[in-house]
Amino acid sequence: MAKITYLHPNGTATVVDVQAPNTVMRGAKLHNIDGIEAQCGGSAQCGTCHVYVDEDSTVPLPPMDSVEDDVLYGTACPRRESSRLSCQLPVSEEIDGLVVRLPEAQS
Amino acid sequence: MAPRGVVVVGAGQGGLDTVAALRAKGYGGPVTLVGEEPVLPYQRPPLSKGFLTGAVARGELTLRTESFFEAQDIALVSGDRAQHIEVERQRVRLASGGTLGYDKLVLATGSRPRTLPVPGMDLSGVLTLRTLADAEALRTLLDGPPRQVVVLGAGFVGLELASTARVLGHDVTVVEAQRRVLARALTPQMSQWLAERHAQQGVRLLLGQEVTALHGTAAGEVAVVRLRDGRRLPADLVVVGVGALPNTQLAAEAGLLVGDGVVVDRWLRTDDRSVYAIGDCARFPSTRLGRHIRLESVQNASDQARCVAAAICGESAPYTAVPWFWSEQYALRLQMAGLTAGHDETVTVGDPDGARFSVLCFREGRLTGVESMGRPADHGIARRLLSSDTGPSPAETRAPGFDLKSYAMKPSSTVPAPA
Ligand SMILES: Cc1cc2nc3c(=O)[nH]c(=O)nc-3n(C[C@H](O)[C@H](O)[C@H](O)COP(=O)(O)OP(=O)(O)OC[C@H]3O[C@@H](n4cnc5c(N)ncnc54)[C@H](O)[C@@H]3O)c2cc1C
Ligand code: FES
Repeated sequence: MAKITYLHPNGTATVVDVQAPNTVMRGAKLHNIDGIEAQCGGSAQCGTCHVYVDEDSTVPLPPMDSVEDDVLYGTACPRRESSRLSCQLPVSEEIDGLVVRLPEAQS
Repeated sequence: MAPRGVVVVGAGQGGLDTVAALRAKGYGGPVTLVGEEPVLPYQRPPLSKGFLTGAVARGELTLRTESFFEAQDIALVSGDRAQHIEVERQRVRLASGGTLGYDKLVLATGSRPRTLPVPGMDLSGVLTLRTLADAEALRTLLDGPPRQVVVLGAGFVGLELASTARVLGHDVTVVEAQRRVLARALTPQMSQWLAERHAQQGVRLLLGQEVTALHGTAAGEVAVVRLRDGRRLPADLVVVGVGALPNTQLAAEAGLLVGDGVVVDRWLRTDDRSVYAIGDCARFPSTRLGRHIRLESVQNASDQARCVAAAICGESAPYTAVPWFWSEQYALRLQMAGLTAGHDETVTVGDPDGARFSVLCFREGRLTGVESMGRPADHGIARRLLSSDTGPSPAETRAPGFDLKSYAMKPSSTVPAPA
């Protein structure tokens, strides 16, 4: 179980508990957090689960593979250093406290 | 009078996304989702891919858990059919006998597999693939010893299934009436390339061939597929993947305008202003093509769902999303953006031999669609270019070393560059 904070573009935050073996994307879907579309259901095809990992976060995340890297070139909002596909971030105790920012738009 | 709220018929991709978006946008009235399948809404794409190989578990198919519907105060009616719509009285009659009144009704009834008008389709061992129940039946058959599988139709479902069955060690033949695979969906270049990959994997592709009959054993099990040229293919499993027909009966009986789909306007409204239709079952005006089209994709169902939810919440905007689609066959990643039909020029960039290339389609010098194989960056960039109606000219893309990534990152590009 991990506590994950989703920061909305308007400044508000939603904090939820998400269980393994979900992903950060699925955590958002299960709690109906507007701003994650995830059209491909988590298969790294669509780029509509884009998030920015909070700059101050020290939570360890898995490195991105070349597919994730490539998909991030096509996101609706600009890619930044902190960009990740939330469907490629599995939930575990290790990421407890993760804070992600939602982009203005996903598609 | 208290609001009667929104009723959504069809608890698939589009139906689920509609009710979820209504709540996410703050819609406060009653919301009911009616689905005839006796399970929680689930995603279909893995049914012809990872679900059959075991790479995707049953639980991963489910789009939302039971507690989601409780928490969002969405009434989910599963295992029940909407039987009749009384448009004048704005209510839906259910097969179980109940009725649901509505202020707005959304039809998201999807599509069903087309069948072939040939004898033998009712033999055991002849399957179609649309629902989880279909996929479970198929998985049981593909789980066992090697079989002689004949797939009828070289569309997306047929080819994905052929690749999955092949990966699982079965003997696979695909019979297709057209002269090439995915003839309606892909450019001849991509179609040809994909056909060669299937052949390399040991799939027999019989193109330009028609099935005239299926013959069975005395026990009623399929045994032979007969072709127009007289050939007889031994088969102990036949999967029919010859396209889908929109589920329009409900709308037609209610007197709504239908014709290969429930006909809607740019706001996805039927000719009755309280009724919308979205997803596989809807025929909508494409701003890009200037005519009505029907699309069968998650993107289309999902984006139309959000468009309708926004309209119901009072923020009406016409539907203009760029269509896109993906397919997985073997370890190949095929993605399409925009519309490739009606192009007058194509340019191939990248490395077809290395399975990393894109076919760019132009019409009168403008980029209209992009097919990518193993080039996810091209695909995403293409979607952005197409939605902003910008893009390179055919001449630019023919320059040696051209690639969409560098094009999109050019300072002069109108596409926002990655920071
Ligand atoms: C095997 C397979 C693989 C696919 N792969 C891909 C892919 O890789 N990429 C992609 O983009 N798309 C893919 N698709 C297509 C995609 O799944 C569909 O386009 C999408 O599901 C359409 O959503 P929908 O809401 O319109 O219809 P559906 O998701 O089909 O949902 C319609 C639901 O309505 C129910 N229903 C119908 N009539 C009634 C009634 N009267 N009362 C109650 N319920 C009713 C049906 O039972 C069904 O559950 C695939 C489809 C299949 C079958
Ligand atoms: S859900 Fe599609 S890329 Fe993450």
